Amino acid sequence: MRIDNIINNFIIRRIFSSIFVLFGLSILIFVLARLLPGDPARLALGPRAPEEVVEQYRKMLHLDQPIYIQYVYWLYDVFHLSLGQSLVTFRDVLVDIEDFLPASMELVLFSAMILVIGALSLGVLSGKRPGSIADNLMRIFSYIGISIPAFVWAIILQLIFSYWLGIFPAIGRISDNITPPPKVTGFIMIDSLISGNIYAFIDAVEHLVLPALALAIGPIAQEARILRANLVETIGKDYILNLRSHGIPDNTIYFKYALKPSMIPVVTIMGLDIASLIANAFLVELIFNWPGLSRYGINAMLRKDLNAIVGVTLVVGLIFIIANLIVDMIIYKIDPRVRNIKSE
Amino acid sequence: MKYQEVSYEQISRKQKELIRESLKRWWFRYSKSKLSILGLGIFLVIAVLALFADYVTPYPSNAGLYINFKQSYLPPSTEHLLGTDMYGRDVFTRTIFGFRYALMMVGVVLGLVVPPGVVLGLIAGYYRGTWIDTIITRVSEVFIALPPLVLALSIASVLEPNIFNAMMAISLMWWPWYVRLVYSMTSSLRNEQYVYAAKAIGMPTYKILFKELLPNMLGPILTKVTLDAGWIIIIGAAISFVGLGAQPPTPDLGTMVSEYSRYLPDYWWMTFGPAIGITLLILSFNLIGDGIRDAFAGE
Repeated sequence: MRIDNIINNFIIRRIFSSIFVLFGLSILIFVLARLLPGDPARLALGPRAPEEVVEQYRKMLHLDQPIYIQYVYWLYDVFHLSLGQSLVTFRDVLVDIEDFLPASMELVLFSAMILVIGALSLGVLSGKRPGSIADNLMRIFSYIGISIPAFVWAIILQLIFSYWLGIFPAIGRISDNITPPPKVTGFIMIDSLISGNIYAFIDAVEHLVLPALALAIGPIAQEARILRANLVETIGKDYILNLRSHGIPDNTIYFKYALKPSMIPVVTIMGLDIASLIANAFLVELIFNWPGLSRYGINAMLRKDLNAIVGVTLVVGLIFIIANLIVDMIIYKIDPRVRNIKSE
Repeated sequence: MKYQEVSYEQISRKQKELIRESLKRWWFRYSKSKLSILGLGIFLVIAVLALFADYVTPYPSNAGLYINFKQSYLPPSTEHLLGTDMYGRDVFTRTIFGFRYALMMVGVVLGLVVPPGVVLGLIAGYYRGTWIDTIITRVSEVFIALPPLVLALSIASVLEPNIFNAMMAISLMWWPWYVRLVYSMTSSLRNEQYVYAAKAIGMPTYKILFKELLPNMLGPILTKVTLDAGWIIIIGAAISFVGLGAQPPTPDLGTMVSEYSRYLPDYWWMTFGPAIGITLLILSFNLIGDGIRDAFAGE
């Protein structure tokens, strides 16, 4: 199985370089967080705590040691599945993150779904007949979509669809009058299906629509445009003319032969955008009062909670790296050119 | 044919003529697209308004700390084009002053980021495969491993919240993208014949990098610079929105959106002004960027 070997090698190489990047990232973030002016132990315990207690707390956090020793301690903790104590909640940061991450992931995955469906259908719609009304509308939409940042979309959508029209709820994950399903995965949509609570499911989806849409509009506009440009270019190639001359129906040519090569650059950018959703969610979650990782992270940043800042940034970095790894594998699967280069 | 002596002045005159000629051709290709002209127009109008904000805005004193409760919460009218905010300040005036901060941020960040990014990219690409390349690319990979917004936010959170530190935070995470772009171009261009020729006549390395290689990459670099300008505004606005950037009463567009969005949905026009401002500015940069890319592609 020669080909399997090559795939394994390629993936293993990518994983190794990812681990290296993650290490570098942890050092970068760790050093940055320690540059923080002021005494974190004093900040955590408040101005009225006696000096001995603060001193003790400082010792407990190893803040009295040089920074490289602190890093070694921190790394030791990471390998024992602990990201250190939060200076605000006084719980382990990892426990906090476990609480908040599912809400963010649910939002991001739902948004990614909208993104993929929206970008592909709009791109195909406008690429199929360049110059048509649909195509021109698409062009206007794509310029508007790219120019409005996600958090402004969030405000616009909230204003129109929840305050003025009242179709979707404005804030939160689930309405107050509905009992949330028992926590299994932390994804309310899935948990409510497991417990068979269809009302909670519908309510959760209604809460998801606006924030997910706000996150997805920008990337949809960008990718639909790229897909359109690629499709138009592919359709003009000689092999398409050859297929036409053989009398193959237009739709077959279009969906079977033209779409796949046009998709490759789009998939790369789509993967990057989906990975970035977790970052853009930082602001959208604030606006929709979404109890996710980003809200936890922003609070940590505003209150200068050392370990929580490091923890959240690293977890986001980890998700980003894994997402990029998955994109690379998908590209590897669908693009024969990449495979050939790698096997040389 | 008779050997003719050519003086240095003649050569340099000819060179200037050629440059002028290619600039003219470039402008012809750029101006073919109406959208690129529109983008340039929007940008110029915004830039002029921002530059002369003290003279063109109706209430220049409303930009910063100013309170007049009699005039507060007024909807848009001919007197107040975009209405007034909770302290009775004119939103239109504040938005125009906001452009000033946004453009300043773009200028400072790009000025800090592009030169080192390009130089490091050139060096790493030229010495591809050596330890210099390894160090530069590995370090920049670490910065690229995080989404820009998150890294900028965490850097900003460590610093004092103000607009200057927000610029520093964005600059600190932006340079690797230029390293990556220039690196990939350099490592393919360095095998061109003219580079070998320059090496053969003993041209010093720095001249090869800046006189032979760099001019061939101007197109993609300029395109990236303009498209990035839009991104810098988004990220700057995001940092301010969260409260880690410019603080009120600074008329920063992101800070204004965040401050005013608390008064939704009743006083929607307050948020509308700065939001439209951000959008127009990003739109103009995107249109210009597309125009520049197409103009270079047509060469």
